[in-house]
Amino acid sequence: MTFDLLFEAVLFGILLGGFYAALSMGLSVSFGLLDVPHVAHPAIMVLGSYCTWLLVGLGLDPIVAGVVLMAPFFLLGMAVYRFYYEAFERRGSEAAVRGIAFFFGLALVIEVGLILGFGVDQRMVEAAYIGRSLSLGEIRIPMRTLAVFAVAVVLTLALTVYMSKTFTGRAIKAVAQDEPALRLMGANPVRIKQWAFGIATAVAALAGAMLIIIGPVDPGMDRVYIGRTFAVVVLAGLGSMTGTVAAGLVLGITESIVLIHPGLGASWAPAVSFTLLLIVLGVRPQGLFGR
Amino acid sequence: MKFWIGIAIAFGAAVATATFVDFDYFFFASYTVLMFIMLATAWNILGGYAGYVNFGTPAFFGLGAYTAAVLYKAYALPLGVLIAAAMLMSGLLGLFAGLLTLRLRGIFFAIATIALTVIMETVFINWRYAGGATGLQLLRPPPIAPFESYIKMLFVLMAAMALASMALARYIENSWLGRGLRALRDSEEAAECSGVPTLKLKVFACTVSGGLMGACGAPMPMYLSFIEPASTFNLNYAVGALASPMIGGTAHWLGPVIGAFVLASLQQIVTVTISNEMNVLVVGALLVVFVVVAPDGLLGLFKRIFSRK
Repeated sequence: MTFDLLFEAVLFGILLGGFYAALSMGLSVSFGLLDVPHVAHPAIMVLGSYCTWLLVGLGLDPIVAGVVLMAPFFLLGMAVYRFYYEAFERRGSEAAVRGIAFFFGLALVIEVGLILGFGVDQRMVEAAYIGRSLSLGEIRIPMRTLAVFAVAVVLTLALTVYMSKTFTGRAIKAVAQDEPALRLMGANPVRIKQWAFGIATAVAALAGAMLIIIGPVDPGMDRVYIGRTFAVVVLAGLGSMTGTVAAGLVLGITESIVLIHPGLGASWAPAVSFTLLLIVLGVRPQGLFGR
Repeated sequence: MKFWIGIAIAFGAAVATATFVDFDYFFFASYTVLMFIMLATAWNILGGYAGYVNFGTPAFFGLGAYTAAVLYKAYALPLGVLIAAAMLMSGLLGLFAGLLTLRLRGIFFAIATIALTVIMETVFINWRYAGGATGLQLLRPPPIAPFESYIKMLFVLMAAMALASMALARYIENSWLGRGLRALRDSEEAAECSGVPTLKLKVFACTVSGGLMGACGAPMPMYLSFIEPASTFNLNYAVGALASPMIGGTAHWLGPVIGAFVLASLQQIVTVTISNEMNVLVVGALLVVFVVVAPDGLLGLFKRIFSRK
């Protein structure tokens, strides 16, 4: 592998990594901080992609559509968490197994619902920055990856600031750290968690918009992203926002090198995130930035 | 004793059907139902008794199927040897996965098993000798006497394997192993403090469960005369193996059997009469409804109804 090729792989890896980090941000809150076994996160993301597609059909820009969708998805997330809490979390650890099964079933229902509503064909969106590319010497960078990367950076910064500077953000971190203590301070952990889960779901909607900007989306796509998003969140160390960015970059660069490597190529790429995940779980389950 | 008489009667019924019924589609369909009964029973050994959710049924099942296919292609070994080899391979995969992730909380194990499926699928897509992404055509050997058709032989074989896994699950459930697993499901710390070797038990359950799934997959390439990665590592196996015990009830060995029977029969009907997508939707919806409304499954519902009277 020549140096030029490696440089290109790393460059694309960074762009891809920012994208992966943005996709995993919602999961980093719902699974990382709130400890909800949210295996339906990628399915909700794909749902967001389809809603974006509908809004773009009405003439909106996909990024604007993603931002608009954050409001209804916030409410959806609050409702999902409320239901999950009443049905499982409240009943203690014995219900945890069924909680995982519940989210798995939810993912299936969303996936098949999308198939029934839109068919199995791939959907894509149009915008000024989709299809063009920026030339840097010999390397051509598609504008869409740059646009998504920019959104990812803004989203990450916004979430990080929100979590560390605002009252609610700190309350969410407090819930993650010590729920009984928060209860003793007179705060209601369930309401904070519900709020946080709403944020996580809203972020997933924006991630869905990014997903459909990067490339065509089909209803079964959530299965690939289960591995990628969970790999990023676990590698990051649960609930760490900066860790999520670092882990996203690690995954993006690794995947991009495997993709470009002559002996491996695209057919091995899906296994990268999962292998990374298994290694992290086996060797360093607390992740890179684990508490 | 009553259990063994039941097993004998069930096996006798399977043999009798194979002798007197002459309708190939019936055997094709029943084979699938029996296969899902076996997968659900195997899943329940870890998922139900120990409470560790396994999404990776396709990984174990598919590894078993591919082990059989590759060994058959290379050495044309008899079916019995193929099944034993498949069981060994998938058991080892279970042992490996268990040692790697069962120290962690259940959700990590669940995610790791999703990872296993994708890694296995990728490996077999890239393995030219095993057919790669396009698959491998296999020529079935003639059926072994006294069977006159191959599908009938597979039907009886699968019935025997399903019954054997039920017996094994029942044995585990009623022995100290099952008591230990139940204890660690309820509280891992309490179990460990009371001297239950929790990690050993979990890894044991994972190995047995994986091995059974592998054995269950071994006849699959013979059943289809064909094997390819996308359908072998299909998510449907994971859904069926997980949803059946949840719907039937996870606490008793009969739960997954009832669940798989109901679900697989329903799926056959829905797939034939409506569509394949509808079939997945039905399973997903049933799964959600049951985990919310009837945490102990159909068995729990029966028990509640009968104890009221």
